[in-house]
Amino acid sequence: MPIQTEPMTVNIGPQHPSTHGVFRLRVTFDGEEILEVEPIFGYLHRGTEKLAEERNYTQIVTLTDRLDYVSSMINNQAYCLAVEDLMGVEVPMRAKYLRTLTAELQRVASHLMGIGFFLQDLGTLGTPLMYSFRSREKILDLFEMLCGARITVSYMRPGGVFFDAPEDFWPALDQFLEDFETEFAEIEQLILENEIVMVRTRGVSILPLDMAINASVSGPVLRASGSDWDWRKKAPYDAYDRMEFDVPTATSGDNYDRFWVRMQEIHQSIRIVKQCVEQIEPGPTRAKVPLIIRPKPGAEAYGRVEASKGELAFYLVSDGGISPYRMKVRSPSLINLTVTEHLLVGWKLADMIVTLGSLDINMGEVDR
Amino acid sequence: MVVLQLSGEDLAEKVGAGVPDSLATVFEKPTELIPELATNHVLWVKSSRVADVASFLKSDAGLDFNFLNSISAVDYINHFEVIYHLTSMNKQHTAIIKTRLDGREELSLPSVYHLWRGADFQEREIWDLMGISFTGHPNMKRIMLWEGFDGHPLRKDYL
Repeated sequence: MPIQTEPMTVNIGPQHPSTHGVFRLRVTFDGEEILEVEPIFGYLHRGTEKLAEERNYTQIVTLTDRLDYVSSMINNQAYCLAVEDLMGVEVPMRAKYLRTLTAELQRVASHLMGIGFFLQDLGTLGTPLMYSFRSREKILDLFEMLCGARITVSYMRPGGVFFDAPEDFWPALDQFLEDFETEFAEIEQLILENEIVMVRTRGVSILPLDMAINASVSGPVLRASGSDWDWRKKAPYDAYDRMEFDVPTATSGDNYDRFWVRMQEIHQSIRIVKQCVEQIEPGPTRAKVPLIIRPKPGAEAYGRVEASKGELAFYLVSDGGISPYRMKVRSPSLINLTVTEHLLVGWKLADMIVTLGSLDINMGEVDR
Repeated sequence: MVVLQLSGEDLAEKVGAGVPDSLATVFEKPTELIPELATNHVLWVKSSRVADVASFLKSDAGLDFNFLNSISAVDYINHFEVIYHLTSMNKQHTAIIKTRLDGREELSLPSVYHLWRGADFQEREIWDLMGISFTGHPNMKRIMLWEGFDGHPLRKDYL
């Protein structure tokens, strides 16, 4: 006689070490197999969009830091692009390079964190995470030299960047690039071809390309499924039109590919950083922007960038006042979560946490 | 290859032929807030025909909008505006579709969930924070706030 089982509903989270923040999954299991999944979030909802209606355009930069708090530079960039579009301001070339450079360093930091936690979720208790954090720490030190802050940077402002890089930033950056080469090679050597990592992640939670596009998935998760869509190539902003880089793609869309694409993107980001260092020229770092920004009434803008998690966009509507009439954040983490149900149903409990890790969500951005 | 933004006139020509009686005339400015500056990039659609137009935009071979970037809603006190940002990954172009809902009570729009799964959380978010419900969405409930929360916080009259 077969063993009689009955489905059991379990709440995973909101306080759970592997959910990357206050995220809850209501899962129905049959034994270890997942039958139903319902993602529940909103625990970190701070009403950023409503708060923005009460702040002036410059103050909102600090709010954007707190969306995806592991890639604040890129959030700043998307918001500043939207405001510049509203006002019709041309950013000086040096500022464009500084923005591209810091955004790529931030992408490296964010991907390192994504990779570290992904491996942590696989059960590697600490070691790869510490290897990732070793390099990320140095990037944060560089940010500290630029603007005095490590996480909530607010380095970019509408019209450019707030400070030019100090003189000792450039040797420190060179030193970082040199060290990072060996450090990252170590990480790659340890995990990229690691048999346990491969066995645990290959062929698990496959996301087909048509499904990914239909569910508006973007960023490394989309590219792991086979698309080469990258807004840095498709609608270049800041200095990306002057950069040479490839868009890494994978084909199968499983957990390993999502992780692999992030690893490859780090190489490309470092390539862009090196080109910025070569090409950057002296000049002003901020366009003439009034202290209190008042765009024309009725102006609207959709500022979008390829953030570390996917397409991040700020939709701004102005009524001619000192704060936006409406600010909407198109958050890649939230929209990438649309496919959780498809990815998880039918797989085992132990894969669930790994799959969530491979999506690399950030609750600050999901809940806003 | 760089992505091209389609103009409102081009879109109006194609959509007007494909889905009869679906286009809204670009609205006269009832307040100063109607975005005059952006109208040349925008296709205005009647609110009742949103799903039909979306279906045409997705299936027409020349337009082929297979990717829904975002859905946003704006409260203009006397009316609401809902904005769809679309991209075609094959044809490499983008479009902005707008629609307008008059009044403040019991607002609803046809859902585009069945065309683009990506609308799922975004439509729920608009219901939660703006109070516009989407008919045809299989799971129309609050997403950021809890069930039983009073009001829709992103509306201009909520605080």
